Amino acid sequence: MSLNYDQAVEKYEPTLGLEVHVELNTKSKMFCSCSTEFGGAPNTQTCPVCLGLPGALPVVNGKAIESTILIGLALNCSIAPFSRFARKNYFYPDMPKNFQTSQYDEPICVNGYLDVEIETDEGVKPFRVEIERVHMEEDTGKSLHVGGATGRIHGADYSLLDYNRAGIPLVEIVTKIVGGTGKYAPQVARAYVTELRDILRSLGVSDVKMEQGSMRCDVNLSLAPIGSGELGTRSETKNVNSLRSVERAVIGEVVRQSNRLQDGERIVQETRHFQEESGQTRSGRSKEQAEDYRYFPEPDLVPVVPDSAWIEELRATLPEKPSTRRARLQAEWSVPDKEMTSLVNAGLLDVVEETITIGADPTRARSWWLGEVSRLANEREVDPTTLITPSQVAEVISLIASGDLTDKLARQVVEGVIAGEGTPVEVIAERGLKVVSDDGALMTAIAAAIASQPDTAERVRGGNIPAAGALIGAVMKATGGQADAAKVRELLLKHLGQGE
Amino acid sequence: MAAALASGETTSVELTEAHYAQIEKVDAQVHAFLYLDKEGALAQAADVDAKRKSGVELSPLAGIPLALKDVLAQKGIPTTCGSKMLEGWRPPYDSTVVSKLKAAGIVILGKTNMDEFAMGSSTENSAYGVTHNPWDLTRIPGGSGGGSSAALAAFEAPLAIGTDTGGSIRQPAAVTGTVGVKPTYGGVSRYGLIAFSSSLDQAGPCARTVLDAALLHEVIAGHDERDSTSIDAPVPQVVKAAKKLDVKGMKIGVVKELQGEGFQSGVLSKFHEGLDALVAAGAELVEVSCPTFDYALAAYYLIAPSECSSNLARFDSMRYGIRIGDDGNRSAEEVMKLTRHEGFGPEVKRRIILGTYALSSGYYDAYYGSAQKVRTLLMRDFNAAFAQADVLVSPTAPTTAFKIGANDNDPLAMYLNDIATIPVNMAGIGGMSLPCGLAEEDGLPVGFQIMSPAMRDDLMYQVGGTLEAALLSKWGGPLLDKAPVLAGN
Repeated sequence: MSLNYDQAVEKYEPTLGLEVHVELNTKSKMFCSCSTEFGGAPNTQTCPVCLGLPGALPVVNGKAIESTILIGLALNCSIAPFSRFARKNYFYPDMPKNFQTSQYDEPICVNGYLDVEIETDEGVKPFRVEIERVHMEEDTGKSLHVGGATGRIHGADYSLLDYNRAGIPLVEIVTKIVGGTGKYAPQVARAYVTELRDILRSLGVSDVKMEQGSMRCDVNLSLAPIGSGELGTRSETKNVNSLRSVERAVIGEVVRQSNRLQDGERIVQETRHFQEESGQTRSGRSKEQAEDYRYFPEPDLVPVVPDSAWIEELRATLPEKPSTRRARLQAEWSVPDKEMTSLVNAGLLDVVEETITIGADPTRARSWWLGEVSRLANEREVDPTTLITPSQVAEVISLIASGDLTDKLARQVVEGVIAGEGTPVEVIAERGLKVVSDDGALMTAIAAAIASQPDTAERVRGGNIPAAGALIGAVMKATGGQADAAKVRELLLKHLGQGE
Repeated sequence: MAAALASGETTSVELTEAHYAQIEKVDAQVHAFLYLDKEGALAQAADVDAKRKSGVELSPLAGIPLALKDVLAQKGIPTTCGSKMLEGWRPPYDSTVVSKLKAAGIVILGKTNMDEFAMGSSTENSAYGVTHNPWDLTRIPGGSGGGSSAALAAFEAPLAIGTDTGGSIRQPAAVTGTVGVKPTYGGVSRYGLIAFSSSLDQAGPCARTVLDAALLHEVIAGHDERDSTSIDAPVPQVVKAAKKLDVKGMKIGVVKELQGEGFQSGVLSKFHEGLDALVAAGAELVEVSCPTFDYALAAYYLIAPSECSSNLARFDSMRYGIRIGDDGNRSAEEVMKLTRHEGFGPEVKRRIILGTYALSSGYYDAYYGSAQKVRTLLMRDFNAAFAQADVLVSPTAPTTAFKIGANDNDPLAMYLNDIATIPVNMAGIGGMSLPCGLAEEDGLPVGFQIMSPAMRDDLMYQVGGTLEAALLSKWGGPLLDKAPVLAGN
């Protein structure tokens, strides 16, 4: 019998490790002056340096160092007074020099932490994720495998290489071993990546778009029998490209690994790839034969020795911490803990704040984003913020407040906006979703309902108020849901002699 | 030559054509050049002549021809590093050294032969044939920059550029009776110098006199923002120093460890004649000891191969150079393997394997790590020595030029050629070799090495210029006058 997630975490204790790669949004690449603009024609943003031509030499982008130090400071790290680049040597066609200039044993930021909040059975609880290191490196080029059935390298007829991405500055943020999460490992992982994304966004150092790959997460996970105090063999899941996937990848790996362990099989130390559709991971390259990257200090670059006064200047420019901001907004909006955590974990804080800033009522803004919009986003398996803008949501809310829309109609408007039918006003016009509040039109419908259900009408007249529901329902049906239900109820009861 | 150009006695075009004529005459015997850019050189010469005629102010070396070691990228000109791997590759950019040469109006005649990827001490490791020493065509011209030095000795070019990772400028200068200088590491930009060992490589001037070398040194030196390791400080005034001709009161440190076992007797006796000349000129000799020098060679043969194993990884057939076995069925990895198998020569492969091993996990500390420690100790030895002396001196190479093929089966014997030059690279300081006579036993040139503290390159030029003047008056003319005249075709 195979274990499901709940059964798995009753037997096994998960241990996490998260590696997040972030593309910095500097104008030029890490070691040359080529543009980092996304989407250029292949190989148009290259030069001798990022193509690794013989004789070319790297020069560090000062802005990238500044961004990395900012990240380190925001993550409570120590900034190393002396750090170095190192070469990570391995062969791959999309890597121009066949080594990646990275940092190894002397990273620029070390020993930080990030506090997150997770919803538990006992309410919202804080959890501290310790950060091992933050270091700089360069991105590789991209391979496009043409022909063959899978689009993967095996079976392809030929491959094309685009080096526009080669040399784009990357920052890698690596946690220490994250233990003690128990069954909340998926929530911790997601809350951490969410919080990290919010911090990076607030620093303005990266676009942090997981779907476009400017933020990528590798999830390391191992299991050990509860209480054993051991660390199991870990797998490293790559290709985890959304917050939701982070959570699903952890769940998927816990279930997969627990079932292997349950069956007496061993866990293979390997790279796995997350499958968006199934939520499962697929085996990639085995790391049993640990690849030897032959790291050594990059002789073409001088050590990074940031001035301590400069570090303090940067520290002074740090924006309000997302956690501080959350506490402030929570107080301003008077939101319960649990709902606040949901907002944050769903990545909706910014859009809700924006919606409220435009003038929407805080409670309604929250409930629209967290409710209807999130539901539609879940159905489509996309990020809610990509579906509709804060100003559109604010507009819908204001139309409800003015009585021009009912909640039910508003849901249809939102659906229309998401379907690309235009702005809320356009959707209303196009779909004819105006609230029917004209007494004459409603009275006609009410009369028709009474005529078709005389017995029910009689019971209401006799004082059985709840029975009016059936009549109201008939009116709503007749008006295609566009009637204001409260108004219908008022008119109906009055007509049947039950109005106040 | 510069004076003749300035006075209008000759033109750059005439000078350039004369050198091509000499190349035409003797290069079949010497084989110093891999590529001649006659069209480009003559156009550049004509340009300088036109500028001179119109009265534009020109740099001192404008219009003088030069031979460029094939390890430096020159836009549009084949650049092979003496390797089959880069056959046919024409760089789309100029190295900083080449940009500076062009800006100074120096006429680049062509590219000179070298040991493949600058790995060797004899130019026998070139994929394009050996270069012969103009003093004796059966002997090696040194390496890796044998082509550049041989071109000078054979009067095929008055100036040349070399690169020196462990002695590749100085040792060829020594065995061809010419002058070669390895500037302080970071003194000359490495941008466009195809890397062998990044932390050791340094381009420098090759010439027939110390002053010529100084003039060329000032053209190519200086900070370059495209090379992070280039030093952001004023270039030492080496031309002024070379003209001083005065060493009175200077302390010359004679390195005890670089004159004993393994040094040919004729080399030592000429070296001592050089010392005598310096003493006669008013310098004071002090003996200095650098005990760590005994480990320099071993440490070098860990660091240089380690860095080369990584630097040469980029030659994978994907973007430039040759590609072997791409028949549509083989994978990229298979084509890479075949190309590297065919494209690299045995010495390059030997060093890649050595370096790959030295950097491997589990061996790193014992090999690469220990070698870096030796490097730190070497620097300490040099610092202590420079506390006692203004410059240090030694013979440049333990022997005169050996016969072609003599060390074919003994890489270690070959490596020993660089025993006196390697410590300079390891410490990043400056080193010069100038001729100090012909060894009695074989009549071949002997090199005298002067080492100066980092960024005090002027000191070695001062001592070198003085020594050269003293020896010239003793000999009654340049040493190269004693070289056999090549018959030509």
